[in-house]
Amino acid sequence: MVGTTLACALGKNTKLANKTILLLEGSKQFQWEPKEQYSNRVVALNLNTKSLLSSIGAWNHIAAVRYGSVKSMQVWDAVSDAMIQFNQDDYLDNVAYIVENDLLLHSVNRELAHVQNVNVLYQAIVDSLKLPDVNSDTSKVLLENGKSFTCDLLLGCDGANSKVRKTMGVQYLSWNYNQMAVVATLKLAENVDDDHNTVAWQRFLPDGPIALLPLRKNLSSLVWTTTPNNAKTLLSLPEEQFVDEVNSAIWKEYPKRSIVSDVMKGFDRFLEILRLPSNAVRQLPPNVSGIEEGSRAAFPLGFGHATKYFKPGVALVGDAAHRVHPLAGQGVNLGFGDVSCLNEILGDAIYCGSVIEDVDNLRKYETERQRHNIPTMLAIDGIQKLYNTNLTPVVLLRSVGLQFTNALYPLKVTKKLYFINVYWYPSNRGI
Amino acid sequence: MLPAFSSRFRLFKKYYSNRYENIIITNYLNCSTNTSIDKDEEVYFKKHSTEWWNKMGDMKPLHSMNKVRVPFIRNGLINTGLVQKDNFNNATPLKDLFILDVGCGVNFAIGGILSEAMARLGANVTGIDDTKDLIEIATSHAALKSDLNNLQYIKGTIADHAQQSSNKYDAVVLSEVIEHIKEKDKFLEACVNCIKPGGSIFITTISKTNISWAGAIVFAEQFKLIPSGTHQWDKFILTHHLQRLLEDYNCRTCLIHGLAYNPLMNSWHWTKNTMINYALHAVKDV
Ligand SMILES: Cc1cc2nc3c(=O)[nH]c(=O)nc-3n(C[C@H](O)[C@H](O)[C@H](O)COP(=O)(O)OP(=O)(O)OC[C@H]3O[C@@H](n4cnc5c(N)ncnc54)[C@H](O)[C@@H]3O)c2cc1C
Repeated sequence: MVGTTLACALGKNTKLANKTILLLEGSKQFQWEPKEQYSNRVVALNLNTKSLLSSIGAWNHIAAVRYGSVKSMQVWDAVSDAMIQFNQDDYLDNVAYIVENDLLLHSVNRELAHVQNVNVLYQAIVDSLKLPDVNSDTSKVLLENGKSFTCDLLLGCDGANSKVRKTMGVQYLSWNYNQMAVVATLKLAENVDDDHNTVAWQRFLPDGPIALLPLRKNLSSLVWTTTPNNAKTLLSLPEEQFVDEVNSAIWKEYPKRSIVSDVMKGFDRFLEILRLPSNAVRQLPPNVSGIEEGSRAAFPLGFGHATKYFKPGVALVGDAAHRVHPLAGQGVNLGFGDVSCLNEILGDAIYCGSVIEDVDNLRKYETERQRHNIPTMLAIDGIQKLYNTNLTPVVLLRSVGLQFTNALYPLKVTKKLYFINVYWYPSNRGI
Repeated sequence: MLPAFSSRFRLFKKYYSNRYENIIITNYLNCSTNTSIDKDEEVYFKKHSTEWWNKMGDMKPLHSMNKVRVPFIRNGLINTGLVQKDNFNNATPLKDLFILDVGCGVNFAIGGILSEAMARLGANVTGIDDTKDLIEIATSHAALKSDLNNLQYIKGTIADHAQQSSNKYDAVVLSEVIEHIKEKDKFLEACVNCIKPGGSIFITTISKTNISWAGAIVFAEQFKLIPSGTHQWDKFILTHHLQRLLEDYNCRTCLIHGLAYNPLMNSWHWTKNTMINYALHAVKDV
C-alpha cells in the first residue's frame, strides 16, 4: 500500500521526471472488482493522507466508489464512565475517512498506470540485497526468479517483516502485545442518535479496545483487540453468538469501583460549576444486529521501530520502519506521512541539483519523520499499557484525565492539541 | 557530544582555512596522487568512490553550500526571464542555458560539485581552471556519471577563454574564487566578456571586514594553519567594491545576500549580514 503510493507520488513529481522508478511487488497483480459486500480490511485515513491521495489523483477513484465518513469519534472507558469526543467545528467536516484496503490500492494503481517513468514488476520476490559499500555506490537487488537490478536509491517499503531493514542491519526495537485484532463487517440496528452512521466508536475493555468504524448507513467495520485465546473463541463462534459478544463488549456494564465513580461524579459537578461540558452528554453507541457472512478474521499485533531509517543509498518507509498497535488507527497514516515527506525532500533536493542518493536528504527525511513518528508511537504504546490494566489507581487517573481533557478541549480536532493527534484518529495537522 | 563537536569544529576550521591558503587543497591533491590517481583515475574513483566522498566529508561546508547557492543561481535565472516557463518546477529548469563555472580549486578538488549540480539541472556547463590536476579530478568524477554529458572541463585561464567565448554564456559563476584573485579588475573583465548581454554573473565570496579579518587572525594564531592571514585577507573584497567593479563592466547588481554557516548543523542560511560571506547576482546590460 505504502510502496505503491510512494512510487506513484515520486513518479508524478515533476521535479523527479527524469528519474526512472522500478516498483518490485512480491504479490500477484491485483485485480479489483466492484462488490456489494465490503471488505473486512479497512483503514482509517487522516486528513493528511487524504490530501496526499488527492494530490496523486487517487482520491477521485475512491470517492467515485465509496468510503465511510467520520464526523465525530467517541472513546470511552468500560471500567469507569470516562469518555472523550472529537469532532470538527459544528460536526460539518470529516475528521477521518474509512476506506477499504483493496479499494485504496486499486485507486492508486489506476493512477500509477498512467505514470510514464514508473515500471511495476509483480511476483517479484526479493531474495537478497547488496547495499552500497566501499566497492560500489549502487544497491543490487536479486529476485527469487533470478533477475537482478541495480539502483542509486533503494526504498524499502516491504512491511513489518522488511528484508531491506534486516539487510541494513539497523537496530529494531520490537515486541508483541500478546493481543490479536479481530476484524469483521458489522450490520447495525437502526439508531436514532446517529442515523447516517458518522461516528467512530472505541471502548477500552479490560482485554483491549473494541472499535466500530462507520462504512455507510447501518454498516460498520469492527477492529476488536483482545487476548489470543478470546480471539480464537470469537472466530469459532456461530455468527449469531459472535454478534451477541460484540454487543456485550459495547454495552456490558463492568463493576465500577466506587472510589472511581465518586471521584468522577464530584469532578462532573465541578465541571458544571465551571460551565464546561461534563460527562453527561454522552452519545449512545449503536446496536449490532448481524455480521456480513464470512467477514471475520484475526491478526497478531506488535510494536516495532527501526532506530535508523536510512543508510547510504537506502531508506525505509512505512511499516518497514515502524509498526504500531491499531488502537489509534495510525499505522498506515504514519506510512503515508513518510511518503509525503520523502517525496517533498527528494523533489526539492533534485531541484537544487543534488543527487538522488545524497545522504543529507535521507538524513533530513529520517529526522523529520522520527520527530513525528516516535512521540506518536510511544503515546500509542503508552495508551495501550494504560488501558491494559485494572488497577484502581490507574483507572482513576486515566478516567479523570480523559474527563478533564474532554471538558477543556471541546473542539479538540481543530485545536492543535497533541493529545488528539496521538490518541485516536489524528487531526489534519502534524505535531 | 564533545567528539562530535570537535569534528564539526575541524570542518569549520578547514572551511575557513581554505579561504586564506591553498595548503589544504594541495594536501588533498597529494593524498589522491599518492594513491593511484596518476595511473588510472577512473579505476581509482570507481574503487574508492565511497571512501573518496567520505573523505571529502571534510569538505562538507562546500557540499552543503550547494543547497543555497544552486537555488540562488536557479532562481536568479528564472527571475531574469532566461528560464522558459515550461521548465519551472521540472527536473531540468536550466535546460538550454550555457553556464561557465570559473574554477575555484576547492570546488573542483571535490569533483566539480557545483558544475555537476548545474549540469544535473539541465544546463550546458563548462568548468574552467588553470590547474591540471584539479581539472583531471573533476573530469574523472563526472565520467562516472553517465547522465552528465552536458558538462565539460577546460584547463586554461579565463583571459584566454574569454577571447574565444565572448558573449557566449547565459551565466558565469564565480563561487568561492574571487577571494583568491589578485587582479580582480582584469579577472572580472574577462568573466563579464564571456556573458551574453542580459545574462547574469553570480558570485559568492567573503567580505573584507574587521570581522573576517579577526577570524583570520584567530584561526591563524590559534590553529597555526595560516602563516600570515592578513596578507591573504588583502584579497578579500567588500560588497560595494565588488559592485562598483562590476558596474565598470556594465553589470548591474540586483541582489546581495549575506550567507552564514552553522558548523554544528553543517548548513548554510541566508542572512542580512554581509560582513563575512555573501552572494551577489548582477545582470549584464543589454
Ligand atoms: C487488524 C489491523 C487493523 C489495522 N487498522 C488500521 C487503521 O485503521 N488505520 C491505519 O492507518 N492502519 C491500520 N493498520 C495498519 C496498516 O495495515 C499498516 O500500517 C499498513 O498496511 C502498512 O503498509 P505497508 O505498505 O508499509 O506494509 P504492508 O502493507 O505490509 O506491505 C508490504 C508490501 O511489501 C511486499 N513485500 C514484502 N516482502 C517482500 C519481498 N521480499 N519481496 C517483494 N515484495 C515484498 C508485500 O507484498 C506488500 O505488498 C491495521 C493493521 C492491522 C493488522
